[in-house]
Amino acid sequence: MTVIEEKPDVQPPRRRVNPILALLRNTWRGLTSMRIALVLLFLLALATLPGALLPQRNLDATKTANYIAAHGWWGELLDRLQFFGVYSSVWFSAIYLLLFISLVGCLTPRTWDFVKALRAKPVLVPRNLARLPHHATKTVDDDPDEVIAAARQRLRRWRIVEREEEDGARTLSAERGYLREAGNLVFHFAMLGLIVSLAIGKLFSYEGDVIVMADGSQFCNSGVLNYDSFRPGIEIDGTDLDPFCVKINDFSAGYLPSGAAESFHADIEYQSGADLDNGTWRPYTLRVNDPLRTAGDRIYLSGHGYAPVFTVKFPNGETRTHTTQWEPVNIQNFLSQGATKFDPPGVTDPAQRRTKQLAITGLLAPTAAFDGTLLQSVFPDALSPAVAIDVLRGDLGIDSGRGQSIFSVDQSMVDSGALKRVARQNLRAGESMKLDDGTEITFEGLRPWVNLQVSHDPTQLWVLAFALLIVLGLGTSLTVKRRRVWVRATPATGDDAGGRTVVAVGGLARTDQAGYGEEFARIERALLGDKET
Amino acid sequence: MPVNETLATYSDWAYGTAVVIYVLAMIFFLVEQAMHRAPGKAKLEVEAKQLATVGGPAELDDTNDTEDTDDSDEPEAPKADRGDRIGRMGFALLVLGALLHLGAVLARGFATERVPWGNMYEYGSAVCLVAVIAWIVLIRSFPVRRLTAFVLLPIVVLMFLGGTVLYTAAAPVQPALQSYWLVIHVSAAASASGILLVPGVASVLYLVKSANEKNPARFGRFAGRLPALDVLDRIAYRTTIIAFPVFTFGVVCGAIWAESAWGRFWNWDPKETCALVAWVIYAAYLHARATAGWRGTKAAAINVLGFAAMVFNLFFINLVTAGLHSYAGLG
Repeated sequence: MTVIEEKPDVQPPRRRVNPILALLRNTWRGLTSMRIALVLLFLLALATLPGALLPQRNLDATKTANYIAAHGWWGELLDRLQFFGVYSSVWFSAIYLLLFISLVGCLTPRTWDFVKALRAKPVLVPRNLARLPHHATKTVDDDPDEVIAAARQRLRRWRIVEREEEDGARTLSAERGYLREAGNLVFHFAMLGLIVSLAIGKLFSYEGDVIVMADGSQFCNSGVLNYDSFRPGIEIDGTDLDPFCVKINDFSAGYLPSGAAESFHADIEYQSGADLDNGTWRPYTLRVNDPLRTAGDRIYLSGHGYAPVFTVKFPNGETRTHTTQWEPVNIQNFLSQGATKFDPPGVTDPAQRRTKQLAITGLLAPTAAFDGTLLQSVFPDALSPAVAIDVLRGDLGIDSGRGQSIFSVDQSMVDSGALKRVARQNLRAGESMKLDDGTEITFEGLRPWVNLQVSHDPTQLWVLAFALLIVLGLGTSLTVKRRRVWVRATPATGDDAGGRTVVAVGGLARTDQAGYGEEFARIERALLGDKET
Repeated sequence: MPVNETLATYSDWAYGTAVVIYVLAMIFFLVEQAMHRAPGKAKLEVEAKQLATVGGPAELDDTNDTEDTDDSDEPEAPKADRGDRIGRMGFALLVLGALLHLGAVLARGFATERVPWGNMYEYGSAVCLVAVIAWIVLIRSFPVRRLTAFVLLPIVVLMFLGGTVLYTAAAPVQPALQSYWLVIHVSAAASASGILLVPGVASVLYLVKSANEKNPARFGRFAGRLPALDVLDRIAYRTTIIAFPVFTFGVVCGAIWAESAWGRFWNWDPKETCALVAWVIYAAYLHARATAGWRGTKAAAINVLGFAAMVFNLFFINLVTAGLHSYAGLG
């Protein structure tokens, strides 16, 4: 910066400046000017807005896909212009990067100026104090030395310089409010720090979701595969996750009579660090506003739902019980849907087995109400659960190698006829049904599951520290005023002079005059005595 | 957590009464404003008349009331006095309205045994209360009492919408909101929004006044009675610099809360995003006010834009988009 800036101003023969240097210089000057900073701020505001109005892929991929599908070429154009991922788009990044550079370019000289200002003495007393926005004059009985000493005493927390003028007048320059610029710089540097911390955080953070049955089941953060979904930062390959385990013992929710949720909490136990080796489990109550913080990670209770328990008694007499989570389709009454899948026991031949696999799919209501045979849920708590199920038999497609959702059956298997519906029935808890081949299916009841979100962000405390500095710096720079007071004590001349002194006081707020008047009036009263001349 | 129905009902009555009293106060202040004679207005009128004779539009003569052609302060004294008396009555009404409003907010809180800003109706009510209090404090140090009607206008509109369209019966809040951060974060947000209403209105008046100064034919009658540009600018600036750090604090508190409630301190939730947009606009306002060529009209326009972003954030984001902040309690 210095190299570029020092050269240009005094260069009498024109066009001697290297055009590339000139371009760089002008770009730098333009970029760091307040005008451009303002334009960039507006651009930032403008560029941020679409993210609030359009669905964003990283928040809700399904909604985004639906939006694009519903808006035809317009949706596709927006997609190509990165409007569905605004905050990682090229144009958004460009704006804040430019703003970042502009900020650096603005702050460097300002810091320098501030350091110089801290060392500088308060400026000379203006010749005519009466021209200042705040001023007063009075003749007092004390001599100039006494006046200046009193002023010194009154202004002892100010930065003060005393001077003597040619005509024998004694003067005092006082300045205060250096914290204003300090606060301002703190604010802007904290802003830089925040942006840098965010960027570093993006590299080294990860976040994962996993559903765990609330019946003593465990989850261990030992690998990416343990998660249902995992979103790593750029530098995270999933090998070095912070090790810890949690065990979900119970989950309970409290509801108002209206069905609105009042509280959620999960009783869990966890182990991390040395506890992992010696098998110690520590209890914790996980609540919505109360994540578990351990091993550098945070574990959140981010959702819950129900898993129906089905026991199937196969024709050969063997029974199997499965508890598979179903997903809520309505978060008010927790009507849920899903699929519980069974392999027939005792069938070793894969081809044979693929004709006898079972899937129980349909709807689940924690508090059931039947409209005819149509199942509805009227309350989110599991008061009188019931399911409305289709039983499918045949090939579930599990051996096909295709991945499939745990919440549904592979529709292509149904379409191809490999998987056929063999029964449809409503069951309340404890009720059973029989299939044509003698298989008996019992709906035992519901078990709650919880969704855990595991988050890791090593820079988040830095972000917090910088955010607090931002607030602090902002508060300081907007409340402290940089202001000056000058005092000139001149020995009085004239007939009744006799050792009296003419005291002139002047004041100037260097930033915003508003509010300085009252303070100046107090100083003036202290220096000149209560009575006005 | 049962709701005290009696208290909740009293709260609703106090709210309704406060709105009615605000409207009454508005009428008083409008009368005061109408009776106000701007210092130096006479001079303006002379200029205006000259302009009119030179070929300006004929309506300009409207600014010239028939009774004051003699241009001196003396004969107007009784009128100014009467205006002042009406203004003082209006002020008394304003304070009464504010007390009732405060009572309504407090009663809501006691009825539900939580902070009284858990849904959009309550939040709007709290914002308006802060705006009224900020204005009452402000007119102690600025001679702008007669402008109260212009501040009350958006407040009354907001409160009317709140009491009708957005009204929500008293009830406990959902689990995600049961945190002490609800007290800190939302009170900071409501305070900042309430205070920012004042510079928003002052800046609109600034734009009106400056348009009038450029072309006296525009808003002639109205703008003549407004305070000087620098007074409006100072009001806007001084209130903004109080609200802006509070707003920043509110956003930071929101981030801290989000970290423990939603698993991330920043979610790009529509409300957060829009708050960031408003924050950037107000930051631009502060910078503009310190930049040559951007002071005055441009800065005022930016302030108005900032307030528009706040209103947009309150209404559009709460009611139209779906996000984590959808606590309006409607639908």
